[in-house]
Amino acid sequence: MHDLETFRAETRAWLEANCPASMRTPMPEDETVWGGRNAEFRNPDSKVWLERMADKGWTTPTWPQEYGGGGLDKAQSLILAEEMQRIRARPPLVSFGISMLGPVLLEMATHEQKLEHIPKIVRGEVRWCQGYSEPGAGSDLAGLGTKAILDGDDYIINGSKIWTSYADQADWIFCLVRTDFEAPKHSGISFILFDMASPGVSTKPIKLISGNSVFCETFFDDVRVPAGNLVGRLNDGWTIAKRLLQHERTMISGFGLSSGRNNRGGLADNLAETAMLYRGDIVELSDPVLRDQIAQFRIDSEAFALTSQRSAQEAKQSRGPNATSSMLKNYGCELNKRRYELALQAAGTQALGWESLTEDGSDFDQQELAVARQWLRSKGNSIEGGTYEVQLNVIAKRVLGLPDMTAMVGHGAGQKSAGGGKRVDSAKAAEA
Amino acid sequence: MSLVLNEDQVMLQQSARDFCREKAPVAVLRRIRDSKDPTGYPTELWQAMVELGWAGMAIPEAYGGFGFGYSGLGLVLEETGRTLVPTPLVSTVLLSATLINIAGSEAQKLEMLPDIVNGETIIALALEETAIHNPLHIELKAVKTGSGYILNGQKDFVLDAHVADQFIVVARTEGETGRQDGISLFMVDANSVGVDVQRLNMVDSRNAGNISFVDVEVPDDALLGEENRGWPALCRTLDIGRIGLAAEMLGGVQEVFERTVEYLKQRSQFGVPIGAFQALQHRAAIMYSEIELCKSLVLKALHELDRGDEAEDIPALASMCKAKLSEVYMLVSNEGIQMHGGIGMTDEFDIGFFLKRARVAQQTLGDASFHRDRYASLRGF
Repeated sequence: MHDLETFRAETRAWLEANCPASMRTPMPEDETVWGGRNAEFRNPDSKVWLERMADKGWTTPTWPQEYGGGGLDKAQSLILAEEMQRIRARPPLVSFGISMLGPVLLEMATHEQKLEHIPKIVRGEVRWCQGYSEPGAGSDLAGLGTKAILDGDDYIINGSKIWTSYADQADWIFCLVRTDFEAPKHSGISFILFDMASPGVSTKPIKLISGNSVFCETFFDDVRVPAGNLVGRLNDGWTIAKRLLQHERTMISGFGLSSGRNNRGGLADNLAETAMLYRGDIVELSDPVLRDQIAQFRIDSEAFALTSQRSAQEAKQSRGPNATSSMLKNYGCELNKRRYELALQAAGTQALGWESLTEDGSDFDQQELAVARQWLRSKGNSIEGGTYEVQLNVIAKRVLGLPDMTAMVGHGAGQKSAGGGKRVDSAKAAEA
Repeated sequence: MSLVLNEDQVMLQQSARDFCREKAPVAVLRRIRDSKDPTGYPTELWQAMVELGWAGMAIPEAYGGFGFGYSGLGLVLEETGRTLVPTPLVSTVLLSATLINIAGSEAQKLEMLPDIVNGETIIALALEETAIHNPLHIELKAVKTGSGYILNGQKDFVLDAHVADQFIVVARTEGETGRQDGISLFMVDANSVGVDVQRLNMVDSRNAGNISFVDVEVPDDALLGEENRGWPALCRTLDIGRIGLAAEMLGGVQEVFERTVEYLKQRSQFGVPIGAFQALQHRAAIMYSEIELCKSLVLKALHELDRGDEAEDIPALASMCKAKLSEVYMLVSNEGIQMHGGIGMTDEFDIGFFLKRARVAQQTLGDASFHRDRYASLRGF
């Protein structure tokens, strides 16, 4: 215990000395640091903060020091998080490398692969994107058809991906490809890493209902990738894919976690306050139905936050993300969607502006415009990272042990999957 | 803050579960109902529970209790909720002992609490006067006389009324109905002149009764706590009661859910177990998720109660627990019937007992809409 107290004191002192003042203020969305070769720092302090934290490995506190991580144990990393929270320090770096790829590489990659990729994730030098979904392989992810064919020491990759988040800004991709065209579809997939600057890679942003374009179509046209970039065993990529999806769900469920807090300052953060403001209510929200719905939403949010805490405490006793990540992902996403629907009710037509046509925002202010876009964005929460329905399948089969209908009726049907493998059962995709 | 059980709690939970499964299954409630048992609860089983220390779980050691706290009592209530065994745990241990411990004088505590721990007395809280939970709607009047008070009025839906030795009567000594000031608490012997208990036969087959008080005389020392100042102690007791009742409901919710999932695996139609159908799988997965939230709320609230003076946010936690468990018990008990199909509608099958208990438990100490309304007020909107 004494050591931990020393660690806390040292950490507090270091943070006080090294965290720039502007990094202790609420972070506007456009100042999020994603890193990468072409990283932009809207606030120059963000760069200083990232470099200082990366030098200590504290962008990834629990990863091994051998690969540039912080080497902290659970107790120490908790103290670091508490101390950062204490001064409201911004996260120095947000990336798919940290939240999804890194943990999987540490678990399943070779020493050489770790040495090559982990330090660059820690330092935010390479920005990663995720090559999973394809036009013909969404919920049935294992039906993917992007091909990798061995040619000498390289794989030649052909095919396309869709819903690739930030592919147009990413440096590297972790990608699921089909390497065996005869095996059952889950057994012919490999997990491979390559540079998005490779000849033959192209991306095209997709405009969404929110007006933003965070997702892309990604095309591979005879892309040559060294065979050594394959992670894990050949044709065993599905194991890695599933593991990574668990990490992804844990990340996405965080969207709902912030539903329990009121610290972002938007109209959706304190729904009751917003609803009262737009109605001119003083003591009590005058619409009893909305009041009841907001109460129910907030009770569920508080219960969800407690459940996330409990799940984390239980996970400490086992190891890594568990089956409840599906439940948390789903509940978190549904809460987020409920939050924005309630925000629209709370602010009426003022939450339904698309853009301002005035200089001074006298028609719609920034917060009002933001809530409309966020409402539209939230609809994707229950689609990305495995749809709501797929997650329910996972809970039903993996947690509750209910039988798998598709395995019963589909077995031996011998249909060809998109990748050429035998379609044994589409719901296996759900078992990730 | 820990949201997982410690070793002692795991052991207590296991022994309570074993006891209820072996000695107090749903068949006990069925027998009590079918035999029209005059006491309405299994008296020998209750004595066995007393010997296990269940009646003294949350009572301080100074008054003969065992200091397992409300977390301990909550675990026991949860297990009794799984088998629906009717006991005086809610009326006497959860509500009355708590209120006596909070409001009573040292002499009153020394007199009554050890008797509760030893299972020698049943004390019922006479609170409600309307069909809808409304603890401020108190019209029963207590008027001061030279040597004590005279009580006149009516109490409804008093748990364990007809088997109680004493009542804690919530009375108005001043002011108008609906006000917090002027509420006083009185200990009244069940066999006092002017007390008339009408037993009720509720759908859940548990004990409740209506009581009329006509010119009932009690001495000065029957007053529990200060005159006109009974509300804070009553309010705290009701919150503890709501949390404890939520723990019982959590047991019932889990039991119905587990039985239902098991049935989905057993029952075949169209040549496959019906649990293979997505229409049922998804509903089961939704229930699972809701139950996980219920567990967290109940654990947190019980844990918070045991922090004594440092306890925070108890009123809101109590309302969150009771609102959420009321919603989820309704959902799960309805789905339990539906997913069992025709057999779920038969009296011979147990699942209907849970549906019946769910509705009575939902209404007891405030239903979901009562508590969402209260939560909204507590959170300032």
